[in-house]
Amino acid sequence: MLKTQELTLNMGPVHPSTHGVYRCVLTLDGEYVRNAVNHIGYLHRGLEKLAESRTYSQFIPYTDRLDYCSGLANELAYVMAVEKLMGITEEIPERAQYLRVICAELQRLASHGIFVGSFALDTAGMTAFFYAFRERDRVLELITRIGGNRLTPNYMRIGGVARDLEEDFFKELKQLMDDYDAAIDEYDGILTGNEIFQSRTKGVSIVSKEMALDYGFTGPNLRASGVDYDMRRDEPYGIYDRFKFEVPIGETGDTFDRYVLRVKEMRESVKIIKQALEQIPEGPVMAKVPKVIKPPVGEVFHCIENPKGHLGFHIVSDGSTKPYRTRIYSPTFVMLSAFPEMAKGTHIMDAVLILASIDIVLGEVDR
Amino acid sequence: MQIFIDLANLIRGWITGMGISEAAAEIVMTAVGAVAVIVFILIHVILLILAERRVSAFFQLRKGPNRLGPIGIGQVLADVVKTLGKEDIIPAGADKFVFKIASTTFFATALLAYAVIPFGEGMIIQDLNIGIFYFIAIGSTATMSVLMAGWSSNNKYAMIGGMRGVAQMISYEIPMVFSLLGVVMLAGSLKMSDIVEAQKNMWFIVPQFIAFLIYYIAATAEINRAPFDLPEGEQELVAGFFIEYSGIRWALFAMAEYANMVAVSAIATTLFLGGWNAPFGLTFIPPFVWFMLKLYVMIFTFLWVRWTFPRLRVDHLMHFGWKFLIPASLANILVTGIGIYIYRAITG
Amino acid sequence: MAKLIDREALVGELNKKFGDCAEVFEDNTNQSIKVKPEKLVEVMKELKENPNYELNWIKNLNAVDYPENFTMVYHLDSLTYHHKLTVKVEVEKTNPQVPSITSLWKAADVMEREAYDLMGMVFTGHPNLKRILLADDFVGHPLRKDFQLA
Repeated sequence: MLKTQELTLNMGPVHPSTHGVYRCVLTLDGEYVRNAVNHIGYLHRGLEKLAESRTYSQFIPYTDRLDYCSGLANELAYVMAVEKLMGITEEIPERAQYLRVICAELQRLASHGIFVGSFALDTAGMTAFFYAFRERDRVLELITRIGGNRLTPNYMRIGGVARDLEEDFFKELKQLMDDYDAAIDEYDGILTGNEIFQSRTKGVSIVSKEMALDYGFTGPNLRASGVDYDMRRDEPYGIYDRFKFEVPIGETGDTFDRYVLRVKEMRESVKIIKQALEQIPEGPVMAKVPKVIKPPVGEVFHCIENPKGHLGFHIVSDGSTKPYRTRIYSPTFVMLSAFPEMAKGTHIMDAVLILASIDIVLGEVDR
Repeated sequence: MQIFIDLANLIRGWITGMGISEAAAEIVMTAVGAVAVIVFILIHVILLILAERRVSAFFQLRKGPNRLGPIGIGQVLADVVKTLGKEDIIPAGADKFVFKIASTTFFATALLAYAVIPFGEGMIIQDLNIGIFYFIAIGSTATMSVLMAGWSSNNKYAMIGGMRGVAQMISYEIPMVFSLLGVVMLAGSLKMSDIVEAQKNMWFIVPQFIAFLIYYIAATAEINRAPFDLPEGEQELVAGFFIEYSGIRWALFAMAEYANMVAVSAIATTLFLGGWNAPFGLTFIPPFVWFMLKLYVMIFTFLWVRWTFPRLRVDHLMHFGWKFLIPASLANILVTGIGIYIYRAITG
Repeated sequence: MAKLIDREALVGELNKKFGDCAEVFEDNTNQSIKVKPEKLVEVMKELKENPNYELNWIKNLNAVDYPENFTMVYHLDSLTYHHKLTVKVEVEKTNPQVPSITSLWKAADVMEREAYDLMGMVFTGHPNLKRILLADDFVGHPLRKDFQLA
């Protein structure tokens, strides 16, 4: 019997495929992963502590820095939580509601665009990366027009949105939405349908329904495992009950499903934005909220369906202008904990893909 | 028509005119030829770096380098200056001697292959009667350099990359050799000039199309180009076996990659695409130009493949090589043999 | 909107089964119950597995530093019924020990480690209670209100 030795490989925090400053210590048998240990916290900025010394409104820009690929959606989650705490959920003007939906879905397109691109890159399909980033960049152009920044728009406000958007913006948005389906077809052509890509992803790291729930999976990863649950449809927040869209479900819960589900979700987001553009009424974009926000004593936990999963804020108020405690429930922080089990026994090349398929963003993992 | 041969004869006449013996003149001429080939390779490396960047940009909806000079030609010069100016870092834990010679030997093996490439009629440094065999033998030694680089870096990523490189290059050598056998059987010779002559009427890509495909795939794997660039494995191994190299030593690896690509393209041109032979009787274009045209078509397909496909996984690569390519190439030899037998039986 | 659970009935059922362990917790959310720390794991297991509730999805796990005590807040969610429940556990400031629920949900693992790291809650029975976000040699638990900044 040949004697072999296990190899400990330190992957990260500076490594092209860890999607940020994430470190993973892999124990390899040959090139197969025997064990993996997560090390996170390199991007910990103490946002929960910072929130305690900021007023409610002052914390909105900080939420942009959570999952920096989906700034507007994070803002929406935070703002809705504070509104729920203040009990003004019903007072948000109609136009603001529609603008919020448009923003959130645009952000979902941008975030899934990054996912498709970086996932392609992790299979070394560099060309598909540029295809995905082409549309993402057009989305970011629009987000720049919303808030002035590409990643950190700071557009949502407690009680509405910061400002109304001009006619030009809607025209361009409509144009982009008309182009989007063809673009997604191109992703399918260059990546999804590729034989090598499919053999790399199909049947790799299957996550069962039970395992997904055990590890607290949310969002696309949960649906990829076959759980038919989308917060936008099953527990609609805001005005999501007014839109017709389908919730794609994965069949086996492998890496390919996690990828292809997000591509399908992009198509649904396009549908939602198109409907919102048709229905959006004229009117004010800001409810009458006091200048100084002082929610009543109490607490609230509110989740929304973020591009990467359920982002929740648990805010405890003591009646003052600053929150007593703000807890950020971030989906990828919890889902990343499943990576060692998902990667166990796979090839190191697959481990990279599995990590990409969880779609982590370290800003959100480390907060 | 044959500028280079005329030029060579001119130099030869000039040397012998100085009263040097025939044998010494032959040695000098070989040296001159070698220098010419090295210049050829260096020019091509530079062209290919630019071509790769422009072509990849074209595939990826980008513009590519376009600021320095026309079509960004100055970018290459800037890159060369930058690479030469970089610090040569040798890791403290490295096996320094092996580390230093690995990049050189890798480039040297790439150069050696050019000794048997016929660029045109009579334009070959040494028309060995075992030309193909020589090419294969030299190609195999590149494996050593990959292992040396991976091992001596004293880096786990480099070691995994080096091991992958050895496994892959040795595995894919077998189908490559087998696919070339079909051509050799048709031509009845291992000599490059004979093989090109045998394609006067019909390029071997027509009767040996399967062999051409197998050669193309195996050669891509042999020179570690995407989608078979597993030893580099940028996503998981960062840069694989040359992860610790920097400056000119790193540049030698990059240059050797392009030199290898030109070499395998040249061999494909010679063995399958008729070498310097002009198709359709278009003989007013010189043979050398024909050779270069065919060479560039081959190189372009290599670029095309690289920027289209994602990378294979190691086990899939091995399965494909051993379970599909080798049986297919063996079957090709069998079919070719039967074909030749029948042909001879008919024509007597 | 989320459906609410009949908390009175739930608490009665739990008290009947495990002895005096739970009570309705009155706050603005109308979905909280308070559980004694020593019975936490049994109660959580019951909530997770009882087919009438099936709160099989842990959405959040949070520690709050109130002036009078530490409170662990667990937000549970049901995939089957789409109803929610908040389970609260109050522990003394001097001895912040809570039983770990990693045996029920693996998702609780990292969240408990985070609560230990930032708030100093000690989870008994946790397999790997180490700091997760902060450096291993960090002193103190920054989310506590008495943590000295700078």
